[in-house]
Amino acid sequence: MDGDHACCEGALAAGCRFVAGYPITPSTEVVERIAARFPSVGGMFIQMEDEIASSIAMQGAVWAGAKAMTVTSGPGFSLMMEHIGYAAMTEAPCVFVNVQRTGPSTGLPTQPAQADMMQARWGSHGDYEIIALCPNSPQECFDLTIEAFNLAEIYRVPVMIMMDECVGHMTEKVVIPRASEITVEPRHYTTQKPEEYLPYKAEKNSAPAMVRVGNGYRFHVTGLTHDERGYPSTSLEIHDRFVNRLIDKVRNNARQIIMLDETDTADADVVVVSYGITSRVAVKAIQAARKNGINVGHLRLMTVWPFPEKRLHTLASHVKAFIMPELNMGQMYLELQRCIEGRAATYLIPHSGGTVHNPDDIYQKIVYAARHPRKKKETAK
Amino acid sequence: MTSEIKFGGFGGQGVILAGSIIGRAASIMDHKYATMTQSFGPEARGGACSAQVIISDDKILYPYVTRPKILVMLSQEACNRYLPEAADDGVILIEEDLVHPKGLKPGMKVYAIPATRFAEELGSKMTLNVVMVGFFTAVTKLVSYKSARETVKSSVPLGTETMNLMAFDRGYEYGQALT
Repeated sequence: MDGDHACCEGALAAGCRFVAGYPITPSTEVVERIAARFPSVGGMFIQMEDEIASSIAMQGAVWAGAKAMTVTSGPGFSLMMEHIGYAAMTEAPCVFVNVQRTGPSTGLPTQPAQADMMQARWGSHGDYEIIALCPNSPQECFDLTIEAFNLAEIYRVPVMIMMDECVGHMTEKVVIPRASEITVEPRHYTTQKPEEYLPYKAEKNSAPAMVRVGNGYRFHVTGLTHDERGYPSTSLEIHDRFVNRLIDKVRNNARQIIMLDETDTADADVVVVSYGITSRVAVKAIQAARKNGINVGHLRLMTVWPFPEKRLHTLASHVKAFIMPELNMGQMYLELQRCIEGRAATYLIPHSGGTVHNPDDIYQKIVYAARHPRKKKETAK
Repeated sequence: MTSEIKFGGFGGQGVILAGSIIGRAASIMDHKYATMTQSFGPEARGGACSAQVIISDDKILYPYVTRPKILVMLSQEACNRYLPEAADDGVILIEEDLVHPKGLKPGMKVYAIPATRFAEELGSKMTLNVVMVGFFTAVTKLVSYKSARETVKSSVPLGTETMNLMAFDRGYEYGQALT
């Protein structure tokens, strides 16, 4: 099956039973399959009037007790930004799927890009944290969709699945394990009595427990800064504590959240950092370079947000040059530069999208980087 | 070994399904690796359409076909567009009533079949893609007869299995006679 269909199957396996969306290429096949499959397991798909409505209908379903998701591509993702902030503020565990196509605006609808990476992180106003995952095959579209739902439940944050047109429309073998072999994180419900329960009181670095609707608990959801009872508050002390908890529950658990796929980095002079479909093209170039005696390793980001800054900082103590190919004109590369702090050379291989990199462009850059290590920071070129 | 195959035609001919059957037969039945990507425009019917299938003994990294060794061409427009991409020693499979290849290189081998006519004789023009799948199986031997046939059976709409298997066999026998 293709990556879009695998994403639908992953959502089903994770226990998702509500999806609201407005079909858009190249994500349409996700909701097409959802519309066909969800009713047979008591789930629901609603085609909403637009993406703004989709991204908030999803959150209504969350508060009613469902695991919920919305699915879109660039133009629709832009419309959803306000509600990403709302989900972060209200700590609604939910999943946004963005099958990235080439932009800006409506761009090239049927062709791939990875140019919404910064938008996923910073698209809504205010200070908040999200989690974003990047699959590189239909199999990972299945696996990481389950992981996205699990992370959403643990940290109560919006989790983004940042696919791209190539992975979404690529057909490969997908192995779907038995239900008993799949780890599914259930919603974390409070064990306190209704009179003791405070809806936004949480331990340090963690999310508060939720309640089942209709069981006698008082509950309030608001985008305004709220206290532990859920009531709006203008106290700067409460605001500071609240925003810090929203940030800390992701930042201080980054080690548990981040998934990396690392190859031959221990003794590498050059490390290619990549994510999504670009990682497969990168491996082809890396294999060719290793065959020619270059000590090159690969760090694949399965989790792109939070960014693995500690790991990169550690690698920079022995790696002489880092290379990042991405299907945009330099987005995650800025994060890479930030983490390396000039301790090694950094090279961007930009691409305006519509297809994937030519492996030879990556190969040539590896060869160049091996000859020009630990250069001063290069400007994004 | 890695084989790059490109299926081309116009939207609605079943080009993608043909590619998908071959890929599924290779990966699920023959336990090799297979990756299919598609290219299509914004229109749903008509227009040029292609399925790119890679079959390999090893994990497939680069997802697109760059220099196909095998072309399966169902329309003249597709053939005009994709023939220049094919390897110099490419194997070109064509629907002979719809495609007249121009610009063939000396090392290329052409195998032609009146797939649409065969499909019509069997009762449904729509099975022309499955005739081509049978023909492909016989000519290229990239997937086994049994795997391809089983995959056809499980890929086509319920109730059309018998007709599609006849279409597959017709294409297969025609291909065997040529090779």
